[in-house]
Amino acid sequence: MPTSPSAIHLVLLAILLFFAGAVLPMACGRRQRLAHVMGMAGALAGALAGLPAALLFLLTGQTEHVQPVWPGTGLQFALSVDALAAFFLLPVFLLVFCCALYAHRYLDLPSRGGRAARHWFFFNVLAASMALVVGAANSFVFLVAWEVMSLSSFFLVVHDLGDEQARRAGWLYLVATHLGTAFLFGLFLAEYRLAGSLDFSSFEVLRGLPPSGALVFFALALIGFGTKAGMFPLHCWLPEAHAAAPSHVSALMSGVMIKTALYGLLRICTFLPPLPAWCGLLLAGLGISGSLYGIALAALQPDLKKSLAYSTVENIGIILLGIGLWLYCGATGHPGAAALCLAGALLHVWNHALFKSLLFLGAGSILHATGTRTISKLGGLLRRMPVTGILLLAGGAAIAALPPLNGFVSELLIYLGLIKAGLAAAGGQAFVFMLFAALLALTGGMVLLAVTRLLGITLGGEPLSEMSARAHESSPSMLAAMAIPALVCLGIGIAPQVPLALLAKPMAILAPGSPNPAAVIPLPFNADWSLVALLLTAITVFGLFLRRRSRPQPGQTTWGCGFSRPSARMAYTAGGYSQFAQDEIYGRGPQPKVEQPDRLGFFPALRRFHREFRDPVLARWFSPLFIRCAGLAHTCHRLQAGQMNIYLTYIFLATVLLLGWSFLW
Amino acid sequence: MTNFLLHLLLIFGLAPLLPGVIARTKAVIAGRKGQPLTQLYRDLWKLFRKDLVLSRTTTWIFRAGPLIGFAVPVLGALLLPFGPAAAPLSFTGDFVLYVYLFGLARFFTILAALDTGSSFEGMGAAREATFSILVEPTIFVAFIILVRISGDFSLNAMFGAVGSGKLLQSPTAFSLILTAFCLFIVLLAENCRIPFDDPNTHLELTMIHEVMVLDHSGPDFGLILYGTAMKLLLSSAMVVNLLLPVSGNLLLDLTAFCGALLLIAVAVGLVESAMARLRLIRVPQLLIGTTLLSFFGLILLLR
Repeated sequence: MPTSPSAIHLVLLAILLFFAGAVLPMACGRRQRLAHVMGMAGALAGALAGLPAALLFLLTGQTEHVQPVWPGTGLQFALSVDALAAFFLLPVFLLVFCCALYAHRYLDLPSRGGRAARHWFFFNVLAASMALVVGAANSFVFLVAWEVMSLSSFFLVVHDLGDEQARRAGWLYLVATHLGTAFLFGLFLAEYRLAGSLDFSSFEVLRGLPPSGALVFFALALIGFGTKAGMFPLHCWLPEAHAAAPSHVSALMSGVMIKTALYGLLRICTFLPPLPAWCGLLLAGLGISGSLYGIALAALQPDLKKSLAYSTVENIGIILLGIGLWLYCGATGHPGAAALCLAGALLHVWNHALFKSLLFLGAGSILHATGTRTISKLGGLLRRMPVTGILLLAGGAAIAALPPLNGFVSELLIYLGLIKAGLAAAGGQAFVFMLFAALLALTGGMVLLAVTRLLGITLGGEPLSEMSARAHESSPSMLAAMAIPALVCLGIGIAPQVPLALLAKPMAILAPGSPNPAAVIPLPFNADWSLVALLLTAITVFGLFLRRRSRPQPGQTTWGCGFSRPSARMAYTAGGYSQFAQDEIYGRGPQPKVEQPDRLGFFPALRRFHREFRDPVLARWFSPLFIRCAGLAHTCHRLQAGQMNIYLTYIFLATVLLLGWSFLW
Repeated sequence: MTNFLLHLLLIFGLAPLLPGVIARTKAVIAGRKGQPLTQLYRDLWKLFRKDLVLSRTTTWIFRAGPLIGFAVPVLGALLLPFGPAAAPLSFTGDFVLYVYLFGLARFFTILAALDTGSSFEGMGAAREATFSILVEPTIFVAFIILVRISGDFSLNAMFGAVGSGKLLQSPTAFSLILTAFCLFIVLLAENCRIPFDDPNTHLELTMIHEVMVLDHSGPDFGLILYGTAMKLLLSSAMVVNLLLPVSGNLLLDLTAFCGALLLIAVAVGLVESAMARLRLIRVPQLLIGTTLLSFFGLILLLR
């Protein structure tokens, strides 16, 4: 019996508040200010109602169901929240709160005519549908919420209808997400056939499946959820859509929306019988290739938000690596390592939600202040936007897994899981684990390149354009929205025991009887850090002492090695910064398409140099594939001549064929 | 507590001597008299009392970079055992922290360099970031080899198992020698020595680390020099820990450890005297080769 019957009702209340925040602004008509206030109040109140409920579920590990009536249909609108769902609900509510707070000034909504009502409608519907996807107790509610989530986020991506790039990105997103959803329909229909019910609770029957049947389900879930999660190589829509959407929507999509797909994948894994070991290996392989691919491209993008979006592909790769290794270690009999990998993957879900939304919101502030997303047109922003700059730096250090921030903790867990498994295994199997660890270390180095490029060029140096020179600090509400995830990042990094303790209940659902990661390997969090603190204090005091003694003599320009009039045009740009890695290390895969005139004639005319970054997987695999499909469809199109007599002939021929068939059999 | 003080004493006291030894070795080979061995101590003393010049472009991060670059090697020294003296700070998985701590230092050094807005600093920063991509996996594989040999996850136990004579047993000997060789190459690359970088050149276009810190002056520059020397000591200590057997007599072992550190510095000096700096495009190839070599060491261990 649930100890606190009100917790799930709080979640329900949150969803209802979101819906109220969606519908009421539409009813406000011309009174845009009222619409804005109502929309924002709905989002904030819903998030505040949901947060304690999710936390309560995580702490107690209880499961609660609720079935509000759905009049007129036989379908049950069933919600169920357990610790695993709560684990994913917590970042949803937290980030909806931050993003709603941020949107207030970011879109300048009060002054924007009809946009406010539309924005809040889709924003709140997205928030409600994300909570519903995670809380759904049967596949009908899940799929409906899933579709609503896809559509509302699509409308948010194309929020700026005048932007052609946004429309194209939205179209790509719409197509990709529906292709993925088709696989999910297949998955849930097949489950319905086997289980005879739509309820998730009846899916326990699937545990009796033969391995081949389980594989089909796993493949469907992998493709369906992988598309939404941005799993390599199905990630193609992600960089475009996340770059084009308004920044707080990018933060919400990148931070939590794609995580709901991971929730779906994990939830399906709890229904299935133990999978063969190679499934885990496949998932881990896709994960690590995605993270290498994503971060290599993140270091090459000229667009600030696109670079962040590619880094999302990388982080999803790391999470999938952790999940895949959990499956693999579990299947090959390394429960301790499996627990570490799963804990690392789950914690990275939270961590990525926090620091990626922080970075997207920071990028949004830069876009808001300067009007451009091109890294090479920014620069000198740490001086002009000091607080945003510090918050961005915190996010950057967290995403590069640098201590003492949260990214380090989750990567440490995955490393330890990998190496522990590698220690216990023998021969080739051990080598696989060690190779994954080394590749993860390689990713770590590449992240540093991408992040220093992103932050160093935009924040440091002189402004590289007029737009950047006129930048201004963001408003307090935007800063507060960024400070919340930044503080949580720091908190998780300094006191990782707290989130690890919260992980225990979801892990018990995913891997019943799995050991506590802290019990497998004594983690460093209770080591004696007092000496270190003392030492750091001493060093800081020493630094301050030196600083006080010496008088800085400001007012000079940067030393230009003898050149007396350095200008901002001489500074390193984003393209220059990654050029060396691009040419010498990354190989031919991620190279941009460069258009330049062949040669100089006798009379040099105006010359144009153009570089275009298209996603290599999209450009080389998917585009040709879909173009071929379109060609095939075009060929078939000839059958549809549009003349009645020809259609009658078809009908006649079909009838003759059927008659002949029935005679023969 | 003894270990804590011993480590601090070694890192603060001995580190500035190593660049002096390298310079003296090079001078002797070149037939010059060379600077005094204690040159860096004097430089630091002088720099710490100087005023400094700050560019109008720079912000607080320009001044935070040197301080973090100074603090990180000190913390690293607490994690790494120095021969017979066990690391005062040790826990499961501390080697991951060790690697990522230096990532933190690199992060801030690079940002401080980019904060100047100069093309020279940008160039150095880009190269530093690019090479670190290739160096990091090598260190990691070296640590994984040690984990595999020792069966433990803390630097103390990892290096301790090696010191107690496991070097001589046949299956591990070859991969340990390979690891030590790879770590020596990493030492050269990480500390910007020839053949990767020439710390003495004044041709900005060819430099990596030196060009990143061109704009620092006074005490900030002193902190950078001190931090670099400490990083050199730590890299050398890793190689020494792998190769030096332990007798059990603390005083003897400690003396041997310090002597071996100086020998590594002499070896670096010899390499610098014998080789020219590589062309910049050859550097990634050498580093990738080193990574593959360390993988080879791992495979030898696993077979």
